[in-house]
Amino acid sequence: MNMKRRVFLKGSVAASALGVAVGAGLLTPKAVLAAWSKEAFEAKKIPDALNALLGSSDMADSGDIKIKAPDIAENGAVVPITVSTGIAGVESISIIAANNPVPLVASFNMGEGAQGFVSTRIKMGKTGDVVAVVKAGGKLQSNRKEVKVTIGGCGG
Amino acid sequence: MAKKTIKIRAKDKDGVVTVKSLMTHPMQPSGQKDKKTGKPIPPHYIQEVTCESGGKTVMSALLSGGVSKNPYVSFKFTGAKKGDMMKLSWMDNQGETDSAEAKIG
Repeated sequence: MNMKRRVFLKGSVAASALGVAVGAGLLTPKAVLAAWSKEAFEAKKIPDALNALLGSSDMADSGDIKIKAPDIAENGAVVPITVSTGIAGVESISIIAANNPVPLVASFNMGEGAQGFVSTRIKMGKTGDVVAVVKAGGKLQSNRKEVKVTIGGCGG
Repeated sequence: MAKKTIKIRAKDKDGVVTVKSLMTHPMQPSGQKDKKTGKPIPPHYIQEVTCESGGKTVMSALLSGGVSKNPYVSFKFTGAKKGDMMKLSWMDNQGETDSAEAKIG
């Protein structure tokens, strides 16, 4: 807990605008998530990353999260991923490439008025699941899709 | 940074604004080594992308080196209308930053 408070403090100094936004309504320990977490982005295992980032790793599967990704990615360096969800009150969407050396790829914190939709391009080291974790109402829900990678995009 | 690194396109359709943005950045992940010299390559990637519109933070993304080079980020939000301005800024792990503004069309 103390660790997390520290991270939160640092984050609010570095990005004061973000800090204010967080302070406005969400002053719970979980609000730490607004800051870039070294722990989460260096974790080698998915549960560790989720615990550091979202404060929990309990996820329920949800069919209401759609992942648009190629079935076969010829070039692992650029894999387009689109996550959309109809779940109300989305707080954050995290994208995880299960078989990457650092599985947590990106996490999008949704502010006021943001819709449950993000699209980006990620690197994938090898064939594996792309997991989308949606946080809404304090709960985590996830869905996954396998992407086959012909040429890896992480080092090599 | 002198060179412009951000391209933004924001379009309003039926009250939902779709933002598409492209940033120019090497996105060098940590833990890689130079193949010839065997020396580690210092990581250099964007950590945070923040988008503001109307004085509010609409979206803030935390990225890692696992995002592709020259990252593309797209998202949707409501609460802005045509002609409003939006601002997007990024910060990388070496402390470099850049920001750009765009008009929602």
